[in-house]
Amino acid sequence: MAADSLTFIFLNALVINNFVLALFLGICPFLGVSAKLTTAFSMGLATTLVMIISSLCAWFINQVLVMFDLEFLRLIAYIAVIASAVQLVEMSMKKFSPALFRALGIFLPLITTNCAILGLALFQTFRDYNLAQSLVFSLGAGGGFILAIVLMAGLREKLELAEVPSIAEGAAMTLMLGGILSLIFMGFAGMGGGG
Amino acid sequence: MTSPTPPQEMTMDIFLKGIWEENPVFVMLLGMCPVLAVTNTTINALAMGLATTFVLLCSSILVSLLRHAIPKQVRIATYIIIIATFVTMVDYLIQAISLELYNALGAFIQLIVVNCMILGRAESYASRNGLYRSVISACGVGAGFTLALLCLGTVREVLGAGTLLGYPLFGPSFEPWVVMVLPPGGFFVLGCWLLLFAWLRQRKDRTTEALRHGR
Repeated sequence: MAADSLTFIFLNALVINNFVLALFLGICPFLGVSAKLTTAFSMGLATTLVMIISSLCAWFINQVLVMFDLEFLRLIAYIAVIASAVQLVEMSMKKFSPALFRALGIFLPLITTNCAILGLALFQTFRDYNLAQSLVFSLGAGGGFILAIVLMAGLREKLELAEVPSIAEGAAMTLMLGGILSLIFMGFAGMGGGG
Repeated sequence: MTSPTPPQEMTMDIFLKGIWEENPVFVMLLGMCPVLAVTNTTINALAMGLATTFVLLCSSILVSLLRHAIPKQVRIATYIIIIATFVTMVDYLIQAISLELYNALGAFIQLIVVNCMILGRAESYASRNGLYRSVISACGVGAGFTLALLCLGTVREVLGAGTLLGYPLFGPSFEPWVVMVLPPGGFFVLGCWLLLFAWLRQRKDRTTEALRHGR
């Protein structure tokens, strides 16, 4: 597979360089919203939606900024786009699915400060992806995020039934699980080059 | 400025709170992404800690000075723009000082913008307190963050590469524990630190309990 083919970009973002488990992007929701499987899945979907919107917007904005030689404004422009995209998702979710809106609670506005989304926009700029490649990249990254957070939520739901030593309850246990998942995902590294 | 309390004890308390009681990494679990991602060597951890502290300090100063001028409805957006400005400065600064470091830290310098710790401090502390206290608090939290990064970075470098700040520690027969500098190592080492702190806290609680019963 060529390094810039669409299939490779998708697989690369999905498993080989999984955003959460290999690149450490989006750790906060990964640790914070992964207690229940259903909530984790909807969080993953909402994040993916924001990723796709902001990735497309960021691509167009970057074209404009490069045209006018204003690259130093990139960070501020991207973060503004992401904040608006989150607002958009929040409003539509409030209208179409109030139950989900309540379940996600404070974590919904916090998608803005999810580094996976800004990271995605920055990576696609660094790698000079075109529009189609950016879209596929954001789909892969979103899918990878859902995969990681759902796996983690499944493990944590099972652990509810286990007797855990009292000092390992909470974050320490979740981090250990994350480490094991990350070890597993390192197995995919053989599928293709780094970056 | 807020209340003219006796400054000496107060300020020391605010400073130490950021390092120990409200340590952003070990207690509050904020800003985890750079904590795990750039701590594969001590020097990267130190650079990241200092860069974050700089952004935290500058944005705290500005937010604290402007706290009466910023309308409530758009405060989050304003904070983000303030933070993004300083991050852009740090980004160009590190690029100018050391290109090697810049490449090692990668996108994580620009990702300081979305470090929830900085936004959290701006919202919960700097926007409600005077300049003096905000600066002290920002220094404390920044120092706590840098210390936590160093805790992770040192352990991971010593175990994973057998070096400290690039100098070999163990002699040639040492077999490096490579997984520690790879992503899983970040999760494991941070998990172990959290275990250690939870154990210390429980032991302290038990001692106080025992003392109370003895009395």
